[in-house]
Amino acid sequence: MIRLRDIWRTYDVGGRPLHALREITEHIETGEHVAIMGPSGSGKSTLLNLLGCLDRPNKGSYELAGQEVAQLSESQLTLIRRDRIGFVFQSFHLVARLTALGNVALPMMFAGIGRRDRQARAQAALESVEMADRADHRPDQLSGGERQRVAIARAITMEPSLLLADEPTGNLDTRSGRLVLDLLEELTRRGLTLVMVTHDPGVARRADRVITLVDGRIVSRVRGADLGEVNPYIVAVEDSDDGEVPTTADISTEKPDR
Amino acid sequence: MSALDTLRFAVRALRSHGLRTALSMTGVAIGVASVIILTSLGEGARSYVIDQFASLGTNVLIVIPGKTETTGGFPGIGGVPNDLTIADAQALARDIRTVTSVAPVSNGNETVSAGGRSKQVMILGTTAEMRDLRSIEMRTGRYLPEGDWQRGASVAVLGDGIARDLFPGTGAIGKVVRIGDFRMRVIGVMAARGVTMGMDFDQIVMVPLATGMRLFNRSSLFRIMLQHDPQADVERIQANVTRILTDRHDEEDFTLITQDSVMSAFSQIFAALTAALAGIAAISLIVAGIGIMNVMLVSVSERTREIGLLKAVGAHPRQILFAFLTEAVLLSTAGGLVGLGIAGVSLEALVAAVPGLDATPPAWAIVAALVVSIGVGVIFGVLPARTATRLDPIAGLRG
Repeated sequence: MIRLRDIWRTYDVGGRPLHALREITEHIETGEHVAIMGPSGSGKSTLLNLLGCLDRPNKGSYELAGQEVAQLSESQLTLIRRDRIGFVFQSFHLVARLTALGNVALPMMFAGIGRRDRQARAQAALESVEMADRADHRPDQLSGGERQRVAIARAITMEPSLLLADEPTGNLDTRSGRLVLDLLEELTRRGLTLVMVTHDPGVARRADRVITLVDGRIVSRVRGADLGEVNPYIVAVEDSDDGEVPTTADISTEKPDR
Repeated sequence: MSALDTLRFAVRALRSHGLRTALSMTGVAIGVASVIILTSLGEGARSYVIDQFASLGTNVLIVIPGKTETTGGFPGIGGVPNDLTIADAQALARDIRTVTSVAPVSNGNETVSAGGRSKQVMILGTTAEMRDLRSIEMRTGRYLPEGDWQRGASVAVLGDGIARDLFPGTGAIGKVVRIGDFRMRVIGVMAARGVTMGMDFDQIVMVPLATGMRLFNRSSLFRIMLQHDPQADVERIQANVTRILTDRHDEEDFTLITQDSVMSAFSQIFAALTAALAGIAAISLIVAGIGIMNVMLVSVSERTREIGLLKAVGAHPRQILFAFLTEAVLLSTAGGLVGLGIAGVSLEALVAAVPGLDATPPAWAIVAALVVSIGVGVIFGVLPARTATRLDPIAGLRG
């Protein structure tokens, strides 16, 4: 599904280059559920934006479903986002003046799908997240968990192959968060590829794989089930048998241009 | 994304902040309303003046002594203009076949008194021909007698108002009035007419031409009025009048005014005035446009998250541009329509309140105001819409 080869993303900060991502090489298979972890500023969101074609790498190759997208134009990326990628955000990003149904139908409107058709599809998407009875509610009439379920319905309504989620449970209580995760996992079982950024080890543990970033570099790859309870870095090291994963000390002292 | 979808999307966005939408629409409405009201009043004033000139009597030419052109010479050296005389008027009446009537006019102000009452009024010395020329209606009695222009009888025709002032409650016909040092018999009273062309016909006394000239001790006419055959070639008559008078005076020391030339001059003045008023009002439309731009920029900066989301879900930059541009154009067009309504209602109220005022909005002003208000939306909507399309989606989606 996703093949990243030697991806670099560099920003110019006050005339000095800041490497947000460096030599990222990673494969993600279709239907896989991958969690991205790492401390703040480690490049998680930058990586997610790149995967979502909202941003382009300075260097490297990004193959999405067999198509090289790293150097496509803004217009071409727009089409890829529209047809292949669904987004779920921590703060939902629902349009306040639209009903749940209107929000779900929004991507289809910009895709030029007819009104009747898109309303039927939006209704179906809301049913799949068990929000059909809330279709005519506005976001401010919904709870956080309900809003995120509407957002998920919006993300899947164009039938994308890749779902990107940035802290989808970050603003939710434990119970709502669990419901949302159940929903997302259900989608991966139907063949959707899910990449999720999270701080929460409890959330990451449910992923097939957990990738940890520090200073823009991938520093560990573990199975979600192998992730420890409290601090993912420490526990991951303690739990791993191969010893190749860097220790906390290694991570914190890691220099950019070693 | 269909046009209808774009429209619906824009309407929803505008409705979501109704007060702001209403206020910026008001700006355009005021601009459009003021353009239409001011041009309507300008047009009304123009047609009022044209009507006044038309009431002068149609197919009329006027000869005035003296040349209104400046020649650049020293005043006095070029010669004092010759008097315009009764003989000149007679020559014009005799020699130009297409001129149907000629009325020489002499005028001045004098005190008119009768039975202890007196009044300072305008005295017009003229001939029987004036009646047709100015379409004068009589209330009672008859108008000035026909006959030799050089010999004036001591008779007077009173304006309606003067007759009532001097002879309240009784008939004026046959009574004697004193005008200056002369005593004259009243032979007629004109029907009430009011003010036309700045001349109050109700407060005027008409006497035979020669009587008037004797009264004011003048040998020169105030002016000569000519009425011509409606089918006649006006330019040829003008040429003939000019030739005859130039022959008689040895120089062109008079001015010939045609009704057309006066009307077109005034018409031009009022058209320029109307355009100037419209221009001033149009400034308020520009201000309204800046208001729209401001509101749209606020809207864009408020909606960075929404715009980021639209980009993430695959809205093309062009679609986002159109969405915001549509909002701006909707704002300005709706404002324009409201302005039209305001203008229509206020003009109707104005016309009802001021009798005789004609203030119909000219069609061009209505069309122009609507086109301009749409244009204002497009012009002042482009910058905010472009700002929206250039927003970084990542920045918009953060947080």
